Amino acid sequence: MTDLVIIGGGPAGMSAAVAAYESGIRDILILERDSQLGGILQQCIHNGFGLHRFGEELTGPEYAWKYEKQVRDLGIPVKLNTMVLSVTPERTITATNEEEGIFTIEAKAIVLAMGCRERPRGALNIAGTRPAGIYSAGTAQKLVNRKGYMPGKSVVILGSGDIGLIMARRMTLEGAKVKAVCELMPYSGGLARNIEQCLNDFDIPLKLSHTVVEIHGRKRLEGVTIAKVDENRRPIRETREYIPCDTLLLSVGLIPENELSLQAGVEMDSVTGGALVDQDRQTSAEGIFSCGNVLHVHDLVDFVSEEAAIAGKCAADFIREGSGERCGAAAQADIPAETFLETSLETGIPITTDGKVRYTVPQRITKRKDFTLYFRVADRYRNVKINVVSDGKVIHSVRRPKAVPGEMENIRLKGDLLEGVTGLRVELEELA
Amino acid sequence: MTKREMTCIICPMGCSLTVEMEGEEITSISGNTCKRGAAYAEAEVSHPQRTVTSTMRCDNGEVLAVKTDRPIPKSKVMECMGLINAHTAKLPVAVGEVLIRDVFGSNIIATENKTVQ
Repeated sequence: MTDLVIIGGGPAGMSAAVAAYESGIRDILILERDSQLGGILQQCIHNGFGLHRFGEELTGPEYAWKYEKQVRDLGIPVKLNTMVLSVTPERTITATNEEEGIFTIEAKAIVLAMGCRERPRGALNIAGTRPAGIYSAGTAQKLVNRKGYMPGKSVVILGSGDIGLIMARRMTLEGAKVKAVCELMPYSGGLARNIEQCLNDFDIPLKLSHTVVEIHGRKRLEGVTIAKVDENRRPIRETREYIPCDTLLLSVGLIPENELSLQAGVEMDSVTGGALVDQDRQTSAEGIFSCGNVLHVHDLVDFVSEEAAIAGKCAADFIREGSGERCGAAAQADIPAETFLETSLETGIPITTDGKVRYTVPQRITKRKDFTLYFRVADRYRNVKINVVSDGKVIHSVRRPKAVPGEMENIRLKGDLLEGVTGLRVELEELA
Repeated sequence: MTKREMTCIICPMGCSLTVEMEGEEITSISGNTCKRGAAYAEAEVSHPQRTVTSTMRCDNGEVLAVKTDRPIPKSKVMECMGLINAHTAKLPVAVGEVLIRDVFGSNIIATENKTVQ
């Protein structure tokens, strides 16, 4: 029996491991399918990481190294090149690697930190042929930054999420001509700074409300037809335009990689594509925690580290208290036991949203303690108030000069606010 | 008087900055929410700078993540890329190790550890 098994050695997994160690757990094992720790950070060689967490601007590999060094210095065991095949609700993990074959591990607690993967071409239904030269932006990033291959010379990028923007700059720096970045929505999903430093710096046109409607070429991509879309995101025929290119990069969204979570019987959130969790990042499967991009897709790794540290610490609490008791409950001795029992511990206090706020993490509260509520909004808003409502009454609110879908927001909530609360609703109010 | 609008690239907040100028003289900077934003705007109108991140070929054929250890003039970015791509890193290399000195006022340093496999 192992105390804590962490599945995934990226930023989330490493941060969870370090936090669990600092909470007194020593019997920790990280399982990582790649040949090194760091996850996606290893291919994100650009800078801009770590301003929140470390107060300095780091590249992806530098940020990863800060955590890897801690993992190594603390002597936390890591199995690299190890693929987890299954996880049961009883916390039995089956994994495989070249040296040990197929093996099983029983864990007192599990932290799921498998990250996410990219939406592929098949999810978009773009018409046309199936030539070489079409890559997801992250695949191209791996080819250029880790393998040293250039996927092409003349490029169109579909999707203006951060990976697409970063790759527009990267391909340009390495000598490719990026002809356009097309974005289906009337606004970019990426950070404003990336539009500035990745597109504007290199005069790369950003075509908002545009999409790729046809792919041309038999063996190798020869060009794409793009078109403007109307307010219902339907292509407008008269605006069709042919752009010759040998490479199409798709930066069209990320999907949390939850196959193992589903096997473990974890209840899911259909909006985030990740698990439903409480403030401790514990899922509906007891002793199984989830954090990082497998829980919901983040835009800043700093918040991944923060969230994973919560999961790691609470997993440690759970292990210490022995299974059967909910994490941290006993530790909150100042709160009378009956306050817990009033709200069912099984379901907790549910947190719902109004649609303008698209989702929250956590989605439920099982304990009265201070916590940070992370959320995303569904559209672009200026000058808004975010209201936390209980039983029709606003119990907490914060103002924001702007809120956009591409940037995750958070509010800090006090445990005291939850007195007598049976449900919370997070609403966005547009101010004049 | 001229007015220049820009997006600050110092942190993920991406503040919209407005710089008002009288000839070469900056008369006001607005929109920034921190001091670093003002410094960015000031530099951006007189001598724009960028940190370059890229990869360098290693003597075993693999690639190594590198960066300039401070921002360089924006106009020199492509020249800097040329210098990085003309150089070969000798393994092993540790994070922070200087690979090329004095590149437009910066050094090219490694941003990852790499040993000969």
